[in-house]
Amino acid sequence: MMSKSKDNSESKPDTLIDENLKKVYSDIAGEELPDRFKDLLSQLKQQDLEGDQNK
Amino acid sequence: MSNPDPKDELVEHLPAMRAFALSLTRNSATADDMVQDTIVKAWTNIDKFQRGTNLRAWLFTILRNTYYSSRRKLKREVADVDGTFSEKLSVKPAHDGRLQLADFRVAFEQLPDEQREALILVGANGFSYEEAAEMCNVAVGTIKSRTNRGRARLSEELGLNEDEALELTDSSTMAVVSGSGRTSF
Repeated sequence: MMSKSKDNSESKPDTLIDENLKKVYSDIAGEELPDRFKDLLSQLKQQDLEGDQNK
Repeated sequence: MSNPDPKDELVEHLPAMRAFALSLTRNSATADDMVQDTIVKAWTNIDKFQRGTNLRAWLFTILRNTYYSSRRKLKREVADVDGTFSEKLSVKPAHDGRLQLADFRVAFEQLPDEQREALILVGANGFSYEEAAEMCNVAVGTIKSRTNRGRARLSEELGLNEDEALELTDSSTMAVVSGSGRTSF
C-alpha cells in the first residue's frame, strides 16, 4: 500500500491539467493572426487620425 | 516617464484573447467575431482603461461580457460547439497512456461555462484568484471553488485520482509539458 503524501498528491493532477491548458493556449496564441484583425486595427487608427483632423 | 498608448498594445494581447474566446465559445468563427467586437469596444472605451493596471485582464473582462450578453440575447441554451478547441488539445499522452487526451478534451468542453472559464483564467493564463474574481465579478471564494470543481471533474474523467497521480513519474509529466517546447506565452 502506497503511503499518501498530502503535500504532493493533491497538486499533481492539477499541475497536469494546468500544463495541458497552457499547452493549448500557447498553440492557439502561436497561430498567425487573421488579417481581419490587422485590418480592423488599421481602420480604427485611420478613424482616429481623421477625427483628430476634424477638431 | 512616457506611458505607451494602450491602443498600441492591443495587438500583443490578440492571440491570448483568441484563445480565451475559443475556450468560451468552442467555435472558431464565433470566437473571432467576439474578438473583433472586443477590439472595437476596447478601442472606443480606451479612456476607461486605468493605465498601469493589467490591460489583458481588462480586455478579457470586455470579452467575457461580450460572450455572456450575446448568449443571453440569443437565449442559447446549447452552445454551437465546433470542436476547434478540442482539436487544439493535441498534447502528447504520457508514454504509459494514462493521460488520455481525447478524454481530456471531451471532459473540458463539457465543463460548465463558469468552471471552464475559471480554469482558463487561473490555470492557463496564470491570473490570481483575486484577478479572476474581479474579472468575473464574483467573490474570490467562488472562483476558487469553480477552479477546484473544474479540476476535480477533469481529474476524475482522466482517472487522475491521488494514487494514480503519485505513480505519474516526472518524466511522463515532462513528456506532456514539453510537447511543443513552449509552455507559456
